[in-house]
Amino acid sequence: MNFVIPSFAPAIPEMVLLALISFILVADTFWSKRHQFLTYYVSQISLVVVGYFILTSFSTAQVITFDGSFVRDSFADVLKLFTIAVTMGVFLFSKDYLVQHKFFSGEFFVLGLFGVLGMFVMISAHNLITMYLGLEIMSLATIAMIALRKDSGAAVEAALKYFVLGALATGMLLYGFSMIYGATGSITFPEIASIIASGQADGVVLAFGVVFVVIGVAFKLGAVPFHMWVPDVYHGAPTAVTLYIGTAPKIAGFAMLYRLLAEAMPGLVEDWLSLIIIISILSMVVGSIIAIAQDNLKRLLAYSGIGHMGFLLLGVIAATPEGYAAAMYYVIVYAITGVAGFGMIVALSRTGKEFDAIADFKGLNVRNPWLALMMLIILFSMAGIPPFVGFWAKIIVIEEVVKAGFTWIAVLAVVMAVISAFYYLKVVKAMYFDKPDDTSNLEPVSGSLSWGVSLAAILLLVLGLLPNGLIALSYSTLTVL
Amino acid sequence: MLTGFPILSTLIWLPIIGGLLVLFAGRNNDSAAKWLSLATVVATFILSIPLWTGFDNSTASMQFVEQVAWIPMFNIHYHLGVDGLSMPLVLLTTFTQVLVIASAWDVIKDRVEQYMGAFLIMGGIMVGVFVALDSILFYIFWEALLIPMFIVIGKWGGPKRVYATLKFFLYTFLGSVFMLVSFLYMYYLSGSFSILDFQDMPLGMTAQILIFLAFLAAFAVKIPMFPVHTWLPDAHVEAPTAGSVVLAAIMLKMGGYGFVRFSLPITPDASMTLDWIVIALSLIAIVYIGVVALAQSDMKKLVAYSSISHMGFVTLGMFLVYDIVQNTGSMQGAQLGMEGAMVQMISHGFISGAMFLAIGVLYDRMHTREISAYGGVVNKMPWFVLFAVIFSMANVGLPGTSGFVGEFMVILSAFKANLWYGTLAALTLVIGAAYTLWMVKRVFFGAVVNDQVEQLQDLNKREFAIMATLAIAIIALGVFPGPLMEVMHTSVGHLLVQATTSKL
Repeated sequence: MNFVIPSFAPAIPEMVLLALISFILVADTFWSKRHQFLTYYVSQISLVVVGYFILTSFSTAQVITFDGSFVRDSFADVLKLFTIAVTMGVFLFSKDYLVQHKFFSGEFFVLGLFGVLGMFVMISAHNLITMYLGLEIMSLATIAMIALRKDSGAAVEAALKYFVLGALATGMLLYGFSMIYGATGSITFPEIASIIASGQADGVVLAFGVVFVVIGVAFKLGAVPFHMWVPDVYHGAPTAVTLYIGTAPKIAGFAMLYRLLAEAMPGLVEDWLSLIIIISILSMVVGSIIAIAQDNLKRLLAYSGIGHMGFLLLGVIAATPEGYAAAMYYVIVYAITGVAGFGMIVALSRTGKEFDAIADFKGLNVRNPWLALMMLIILFSMAGIPPFVGFWAKIIVIEEVVKAGFTWIAVLAVVMAVISAFYYLKVVKAMYFDKPDDTSNLEPVSGSLSWGVSLAAILLLVLGLLPNGLIALSYSTLTVL
Repeated sequence: MLTGFPILSTLIWLPIIGGLLVLFAGRNNDSAAKWLSLATVVATFILSIPLWTGFDNSTASMQFVEQVAWIPMFNIHYHLGVDGLSMPLVLLTTFTQVLVIASAWDVIKDRVEQYMGAFLIMGGIMVGVFVALDSILFYIFWEALLIPMFIVIGKWGGPKRVYATLKFFLYTFLGSVFMLVSFLYMYYLSGSFSILDFQDMPLGMTAQILIFLAFLAAFAVKIPMFPVHTWLPDAHVEAPTAGSVVLAAIMLKMGGYGFVRFSLPITPDASMTLDWIVIALSLIAIVYIGVVALAQSDMKKLVAYSSISHMGFVTLGMFLVYDIVQNTGSMQGAQLGMEGAMVQMISHGFISGAMFLAIGVLYDRMHTREISAYGGVVNKMPWFVLFAVIFSMANVGLPGTSGFVGEFMVILSAFKANLWYGTLAALTLVIGAAYTLWMVKRVFFGAVVNDQVEQLQDLNKREFAIMATLAIAIIALGVFPGPLMEVMHTSVGHLLVQATTSKL
């Protein structure tokens, strides 16, 4: 067998990112004593640089390299750009949080960047091995981030939980991968798809493989019934880390779902569709109903996130390019909203006060009317009330479901949206109607937090009033117009 | 008439932008907030007058149309326009907004800029509901309205305000999401979100019935109809005065507007088959809710129930159409009922607003709405009682007031449809008179009952101006309903043709 030197060009952003991370990792040990925040700034700049490389080489053509294991297409590029944007927001909020809670260290950013690298690999994966590789890079980085605060029992517990359950899910996923490989004899997505389409593979083995793959993906997305880790991890992790794991990895999770189900196994749609329908409905129901009982905002947002994953899967239920595009739009909107929502908690938290109980938000309108208004926008956007962008995300996935002929699921989804509105309103009630225990003014510890959270919230409004650009972008990457 | 000036957009966005300005400029400066708000609503009202003067009565097509592509991917447009059904409601909205801002002038002390800002934003959104011709745009306005109202009731309302506002929000939200699914379904069939396209598209019977029921869920909650009316008394009682006025005068009309813009033209066959549901619920509202009103001890609750009962007339007038056409074979009687319903909506906007403002005047002085806390108010506040009695008479439907016109037309057409409908509907003249006049007697007349009433001050200039304006409007509409009906006539005729043309 001749060794052909593969084309490295499509993977330049990943290679640049890896080089930069390695540099920061080493450099941080030298400069962290003298220049505390240098790692932070260099990390942000690295993300900008990588984003620049993606933007300048952006192309709608599909390029496959490394012997069919890595793909670069506009779907990957768009999702990577949003991953970068979201991560930059996360880093921005994290810096002051880490200082306030006295565990600022360069490792946070290095691990965060490694996580981004893992997400990139997942997004661009073109065979089963690459997908697994990306997933593991991301997971290991996030586990370490959760446990970063080693003096906090809750954080260590959350990390352990995430690690053990994550390992289990990864095991399931690998098991599924091996079955699919066994049935089709290939690990590359298009080959798997064509062998399945030709009908040569053993249907029973494939069906088992699909079930295990769907379980693994559902676990990574945090969809019911594989959601048990989500509230505990979100709650136990330091809020800055929650902010990180609650946003960008969802984008990568969606990419994984799309690559595995839509690219590799479209021929098995009959097998996975009913699974996805059940998971989607259960997620919406559990996410909407259990959240009502929460009095901690991080847990509430965790359940709300589970519900959102249910809505996201509605687009996958449609199983059409338009449906996937709607789901892609949903995940991007969700990530932005998540940055804003968890960002608000981070922005208000300070030394000795996490500010993550709903009771902490009591009377926020008296203490800081501007931030209360911003939080109002964030919450109503999450609830899917117009004119905020969350409304468009919901309406588009529901529209695709109706188009696919599942009107009853659409009806169920909107009813769940109404139920979920209740707990968002509970937070609004605390902010606007309740008397604060402490009437002193409340300002974020730094101006950049205030600006960041305002910018994110106003973005939700602007994208809600002018939704066309982002919707068109999502649709143009996945559908032929 | 096309003037080129985007008058409808102005009516939507001027108050919203004004409201945002008030939110920021009025912080720590109450008088700036008030004057800026007043300037905005007065300007909006003045700018809305050309709608009336420039309106072409002879056509049923949309006027003052604005259309810009918004989301081409889904064929969603920023599409506005008015016809004879919506134009009077737009004017009612801009007019009421002026009174709402004026009524809160000295009353609200806490966070004035947020209160005024919320009402201004609400004003723009409400105009948007009436003029949107794209169903998604309509839905956005329809839902967005809940946000400021939720805040207003919950923040400046009475003791049980949080319960009331949550109930209000969730009830209306639950009602309207089904409407959203219907829109999506019709888009899936027709490839368009335009309301006018929905009105023209053919629809099978099963689809029509499901869509009709979805619309019914949305509009029945909003208007509100028995048995989904229970949010209204709670919301009304707990809301601040201006909130009640907006709720009663405008937001309830959105339900009625929804029936004529969506239910009747889009699902005519289902409306014909299921009209008995609406008629039965309307008659229950008219009679049963009227009796419930009789038993209330809280003035606001009494007027709230009276509103539900009066809105029963609106839905009755709208859905009598099919029975009348069947019985008489002509459109004339149906036209009478439908126009009666539309006039009733406008008239009720004035009357209920006036009633709530009158109660607000008393509440500001005594901080109670219990009927038993009052008595002999006329001795201390003669001017106030003069106006309050005019409003009460209008609420009863006395000839010469606007309340008479709509009720009379609907009752007349009800007799054409069915003797029993007519009889039951006419009962309201008795029940309405009973609960209203009994309240008038207990609150206003008799001897002064306690020291607090003894110390009441009569209307100040601001209150006098508000009350006088409303009294003039109510009597003017009662004596000369002609111009209003002319505006509606062609559009109502067109609506009836749509409502009686099968789409199967």
